[in-house]
This record gives sequence, C-alpha cells and structure tokens, in this order.
Amino acid sequence: MARIVSLAQGVAELVHDGDTVAMEGFTHLIPFAAGHEVIRQGRRDLTLVRMTPDVIYDQLIGAGCARKLVFSWGGNPGVGSLHRFRDAVGNGWPVPLEIEEHSHAGMANRYVAGASGLPFAVLRGYVGTDLVSATANIRPITCPFTGEVLTAVPALRPDVAIVHAQRSDRAGNVQIWGITGVQKEAVLASARSLVTVEEIVDELPPQPGAIVLPSWAVTLVAPAPGGSHPSYSHGFSVRDNDYYVAWDAISRDREAFRQWLDAEVFDRAERTAGASDATTSEVGA
Amino acid sequence: MTSTPSFTADEMMTVAASRALRDGVACFVGIGIPSTAANLARRTHAPGLVLVYESGTLGAKPAALPLSIGDSQLADTADAVVSVPEVFNYWLQPGRVNIGFLGAAQIDRFANINTTVIGDDYRHPKIRLPGAGGAPEIAANCTEVIVVVRQSRRTFVDRVDFVTSVGHGMGPGDRARLGLRGAGPTMVITDLGILTPDPDTCVLTLSSVHPGVTVEQARDATGWDLAVARDLATTPPPTDQELTVLRKLEATKGQVR
Repeated sequence: MARIVSLAQGVAELVHDGDTVAMEGFTHLIPFAAGHEVIRQGRRDLTLVRMTPDVIYDQLIGAGCARKLVFSWGGNPGVGSLHRFRDAVGNGWPVPLEIEEHSHAGMANRYVAGASGLPFAVLRGYVGTDLVSATANIRPITCPFTGEVLTAVPALRPDVAIVHAQRSDRAGNVQIWGITGVQKEAVLASARSLVTVEEIVDELPPQPGAIVLPSWAVTLVAPAPGGSHPSYSHGFSVRDNDYYVAWDAISRDREAFRQWLDAEVFDRAERTAGASDATTSEVGA
Repeated sequence: MTSTPSFTADEMMTVAASRALRDGVACFVGIGIPSTAANLARRTHAPGLVLVYESGTLGAKPAALPLSIGDSQLADTADAVVSVPEVFNYWLQPGRVNIGFLGAAQIDRFANINTTVIGDDYRHPKIRLPGAGGAPEIAANCTEVIVVVRQSRRTFVDRVDFVTSVGHGMGPGDRARLGLRGAGPTMVITDLGILTPDPDTCVLTLSSVHPGVTVEQARDATGWDLAVARDLATTPPPTDQELTVLRKLEATKGQVR
C-alpha cells in the first residue's frame, strides 16, 4: 500500500544518486515541484527518462543532476529550444550529458513493455530513419508468423517514476484525468514510484474519463498543491504560458539561469503549502 | 504581381495548407502552422475535419488556438481522450489517420525531413534540434503527409543532415522497399508556393506559386535545381472569408477559458 509522506521525504526516500528516473506528464500534470525538490536535494548522475523533456528537464540538466537523457522530443513547447539541454550536449555544461534518442511511438512502447513485464516492444517505426544508426537499442525483428520485419526496442524499467495527479484518497489510491499521457505506464514500469497530488480526499469522487492507480501499485504519495505549475492540473489550474515564454531568456544565459535556480529553487522551502497563486479550484464548484 | 498584397506570406501559406485538408478526413496535427491551418479548415470548408493531437485527444474542437499539443481545451472538446501509447498504437500505427501534417528544420529533394541535428556529426552537431517526437511514425503510417515549412536555402537542402522522418527516401520505390505503408509526402506548402513530388522521380517540383511570387524567387530559395511543373499554377489568393476567419483565429492563440 502507498504511504503518504511529505514531498521532501518522498524524494529523499526514493531518488538516489545514479538512479534512472522517469518524470512523466504529457504537457499536462508535469511534476515540477518534485523536480525542484530533486534539484534541492542535490541528486547527481541521474539517467533522466522522459518522452518530452521540456522546461522541467532543462532545469534539472542545468542544475547538474543528470548524466544521461533518454527522450524523444526535447523542446520548450510552443516557444522553441531548450538552452540548458543544448549547452549540456554541446559544451558539457555544467556536466556532460549523454543522450539516447527515440521517437514518441518508440518511447511509449518501451514504457508499455516495461509495465507489461516484457523485455522489449515491437512496433512499425524508425525504418529508414537515421535514428537507427544513432541509437544502439533500435533493432529489427522478424515476425515469427508472417516473416515481416518490424522494429524492436527494449523495455524501460526506471528505478523510480515521478508523476503528478489531481488527487488521492487517504489510502493512496490515485485518480488522474484529462490528458493522461504515459503516466500509468511509467509508474507500472518502474521499481518505485512517487505520486504528487493536488489534494488528498476522504473518498475519490466519480470522475468521467479518469484512471486510477491503485494504492498497491504506488510506493509513495505526497501532497503538492500547485505542484504541476507552470504546466497545469486539469480541473485545478491553467497552464502558465507566460512562464514558458519567460524561460527562453532565463535559460539562454548561464548566469541568469544560476540566479533563477537560487531564487526559485534553493531559496524556496518545499512548495507543498504555497504555489497556489496560479491555481483556480474548479472542482466541485 | 500585386504591389501591395493585402495578406502576408505566412497567411497565404496557412490558407493554402488549410485548403489541402478535405472535409471528413482525420488529420494528425502538430503545433504551429499545421494546427492553425487545421483549425482554419474546420471553420471554413471542412467542418467535419477530425483533429488528432499526439497528446491523445481525438476529434478535438478547440475554441481558441492551442499553444501546446496538450492544452486542456483539447481534452475538454475531444470526442475521446486516450493515452499516449494508445494514440500511437491503435490510431496512428494501423493507418487510421488520413493526413499527417508535419513541419521541418530541413527538407530535401525527396521530401525527407530533419528535425534532429544540423551538421554532419550527430554527436557534435552545429545545432541541436528538438528531435523526432511523433514525426517518424506519422510520416510512415498516415495515408499521406503534408509538410508546411517556410522556404529558404537553409531549409530546402539537397540532402538532409539527418533523416528523422522518411519522405521518399532515395527515390522511386524506396518507401515500398522500406515497408512504409502510407504514400508519404504528397505536398509541401511553403510561403512561396506548393511543391509536389514528380510522379516518375519523386523529386519535389514547383507546381504552384503564390500570388506575387516569381519562379526565380522559389528557385533561389531552394538548395537543389528546382524543376517547375509544365502546368505551373498560381495559388488563388486568400478569400476575404479565409482571411477574416484566420485573423480572428490567430487572435485567440493561447487563450484559456
């Protein structure tokens, strides 16, 4: 059964130097508060896995937490490039970053294989692209029934998955709705999981289109209201588009980034109680 | 030649892209001009156009132009919201989506697309781009692909530095040899005109120029010796209705309800 802990406690207990960590959330429900806590706790040499390493991974990479990135699209959505990511890949700043690059379909299927307890996934993908030579673990596989040649990619099995959700009950059953992305697969593929939530309630109310991660499939739940900001939590907050735009200038400059890191991450206590300024509680209204 | 066009080159490009979308088809939409064009089409000639975003929102009907593929209004207005593995495995992979709408950082004469790195050395690129995202499998599995990209020598190159998404490979028959089931790029819409693959050679050929654009301008903005179709057309300019709807739509960008 999942235990309910503070965010700082959850990150300290589950995320260790050298771990493979998957923080997921496809534009929606991105676990920013947890990412900032990982930075604050000074984790190093992480292999970061994420389909869309956007601003949150730019911040982790710029803070020197990562040794390797496994991904399929790295950009600031709707704005442009990730400059901390580019600086790490191009100049090794602040530390060199190894990359392993896939397509979205490949990454999604790698999570599905991990969640399914299979060693690899099969898909129609990658054929004819230069990704095949750039990435070692994209291999052809012949269908034993038809002889057709398809593509195999290995399962993702992160040490820990971190996702943000709308709510859990006191037993740690987690409810997620809206765009659910690949969070369920990431949690089930990983050895351990931390779910941060907007609220903890006595009983999960029925919610159309919601998925539930049962308490026994989750390791730790931590309250983190507003913890997806500047992304959003459907029903609780709206996307802070200005933040994504502002990130471009901050991230272009190492010094501006360092100042941001001090002001917004290190000098800030755990944001479990605060960060509600950008949220509008629509649920139950 | 119009001396003072009442529309911009980007508006012409967006309108031309929207016209390429037939009513009733399903279209895999990326953010940027493809999303603007698809939403314009849905408000003009193609009210039954089905917008599929890779966030898993099938049949989204956004009231405002979304800023990301995962805006909440896409989920609120969709016919169905599915997981990311499902959108790629059940919907894209079997060929259920008719049109894939892609952009490019580089595109070559065979309409192969690069969104990964600029430069010859993948490990030490001149410019690191965002990467593949959904594009390789969109290019492989949609019934056909439409590329929307501004035309310049930097972008329209003889050979892409990195093949992120396969267009027509190295020429005729390559897609079949690779087992790619969709038809691949059938149209490349730019701010200067429309390029289509030559039926015999698969090489992108100028088939239409936008009003006020010369063939020389298009050839100058192309990194290979751009051939011109015998029946070269001039793209009809945006209608008043198209422009009015487009401008109204652009004004809604990023609005959150």
